[in-house]
Amino acid sequence: MARLNLWRWGVLGLAGLYFLVPLAASVVFTVDVPGQGITFDAYTRIFATDGFVSSLLLSLELALATIAVVLLLMVPAMVALRLGAPRLRPVVEVVCSLPLVVPPIAFVAGIGTVLKWGPDHLSRTPLFETFVAIQNPDFPFVLVLAYVVMALPFVYRALDAGLRAVDVRTLVEAARSCGAGWPQALMQAVLPNLRGALLNASFLTLALVLGEFTVAQLLGFRPFAVWIVNVSGSQAQLSVAVSVLSLLVTWVLLLVLAGFGGRTRPTSRG
Amino acid sequence: MPETAATVEFRGLRREFGPTVALDGLDLTARPGELLALLGPSGCGKTTALRMLAGFEHPDSGEVLVDGEDVTRVPAHRRDAGMVFQSYSLFPHLDALDNVAFGLRMRKVRTVERRARAAELLDLVGLADKGGRFPHQLSGGQQQRVALARALALRPRVLLLDEPLSALDAKVRLSLREEIRRLQQELGITTLFVTHDQEEALSMADRVAVMHAGRLEQCAPPSELYGRPATAFVAEFVGTMSRIPGRIAQDTVDVLGQRLPVDGPVPSATEVDVLVRPEAVRVRAETDGKSRVVATSFLGAAVRVTVRLADGTEVKADLPAHEAAGLTAGAVVGVSLPERPVLVAERTR
Repeated sequence: MARLNLWRWGVLGLAGLYFLVPLAASVVFTVDVPGQGITFDAYTRIFATDGFVSSLLLSLELALATIAVVLLLMVPAMVALRLGAPRLRPVVEVVCSLPLVVPPIAFVAGIGTVLKWGPDHLSRTPLFETFVAIQNPDFPFVLVLAYVVMALPFVYRALDAGLRAVDVRTLVEAARSCGAGWPQALMQAVLPNLRGALLNASFLTLALVLGEFTVAQLLGFRPFAVWIVNVSGSQAQLSVAVSVLSLLVTWVLLLVLAGFGGRTRPTSRG
Repeated sequence: MPETAATVEFRGLRREFGPTVALDGLDLTARPGELLALLGPSGCGKTTALRMLAGFEHPDSGEVLVDGEDVTRVPAHRRDAGMVFQSYSLFPHLDALDNVAFGLRMRKVRTVERRARAAELLDLVGLADKGGRFPHQLSGGQQQRVALARALALRPRVLLLDEPLSALDAKVRLSLREEIRRLQQELGITTLFVTHDQEEALSMADRVAVMHAGRLEQCAPPSELYGRPATAFVAEFVGTMSRIPGRIAQDTVDVLGQRLPVDGPVPSATEVDVLVRPEAVRVRAETDGKSRVVATSFLGAAVRVTVRLADGTEVKADLPAHEAAGLTAGAVVGVSLPERPVLVAERTR
């Protein structure tokens, strides 16, 4: 056992070094300015830099909207799939995995083409207004649509794992024989047992949206990831400080989500 | 608990799943307050019938009546039927007490009242001290007790049990069997019990409905089912039955050199099989006997002896242990039947 423990600590230490050394180096680089000693100047400058708060807020709003849309779309769909049409599952699985195969660059090229139809063909129809509205720079809903598609593979897998651990059909039938209607059976008997899966899906979606660069950049919007890249071009120290900060922000958000999940118990049976 | 127990009636139920016919015109009535077991091999439609009463399946034709009222179109959550499932049907996110109180919560019963009622029900199934446990902290038998309490919480008019004991080990199964029966009699609630275990059905039920290929074969009290099976299928499905070839002569049958009266209608064919229970077969060591013992197995109070007759037919006989002492495999024996009317069936082979 002692030797095993030694091995474990060794591996943990190596993995820790692998993650922590670059991180520590980044932190040192941002706070230790040659000739000035330790200073948090780089970090204070971040908050002063134009666009930090607005881009971060935009990213968070996008993430929340994406999580809401993708869960509202996928949870009923996957429960229905379990209950009504188990044979369609492979089809849905393939469809949901497609975004992994299509490179974001091709995806965004497609979106860009479709968005150009607005001014080109639809300028005399009410649809034109819709096209304008979803590209509103204050809240580009078109990004939410894109992120929903990009999050599908992760959300599908997270929910599928959660649904595997519970016998949805029996739970629904048990709830219904206890006098619960369909909506009540789903809300009170099935969803609480999917809490772990819903959290996982939300985690993955949040991380995806906060870090997404390609689509946002090419469509010309400025959420957090795009802002970081824009800022980093001009000031080396500032850009590293922003990266460190964005890492912390993501961590904090994930912790908040986990805390929000609260007393999470394992959904699977022991 | 219910003011008056309900009558349940299935009328001409028919249901097909693709090419397979699950129910082929089922007619069956459960009397008020009785425990009716639906017994049959897997795929005979017994579970489908139960699920139709619960409202989870809908018949292609036919109707389900509770107290003479057609409930075929009533959705499951308004059926007023409590159901216990095979296993793992408790809500994993709720503790035992909240599981039992779930139905009351759906009915918007006030918190204080429903917790009191749930505690009372847990007490009824002997789990008063386990209210705070979650399903994964309970044994299989305890989980099914909680499920039973949950099914009874809304004071349903009918209790439905879908093989509730099949996932439990033998000992727990026996004790829970007795407990279900005790509760059911105490509450006087009309109960339908689906099982493929004939021993379970015979020992618990007031009446047993034997089903085969989507139809009802016979519905009778256990003793009648065992002693006077209406069809050859029932005879062979319930208990052990041996077939001995015989010949019909008017209204008697020649079998094993004896001439015995026929019980029930006499079939038109002359070549028939006589159906005999192992406890009715006599086996005696005879030096000039034409049969041989093939195998013996010790059952405790009795020994089951398998005998091969001169024509190759195998017959099973249960003998008291002291009579079977000299009978080992290979022993030459004579086989006879008591002078009583016997059941006959047309020969199938």
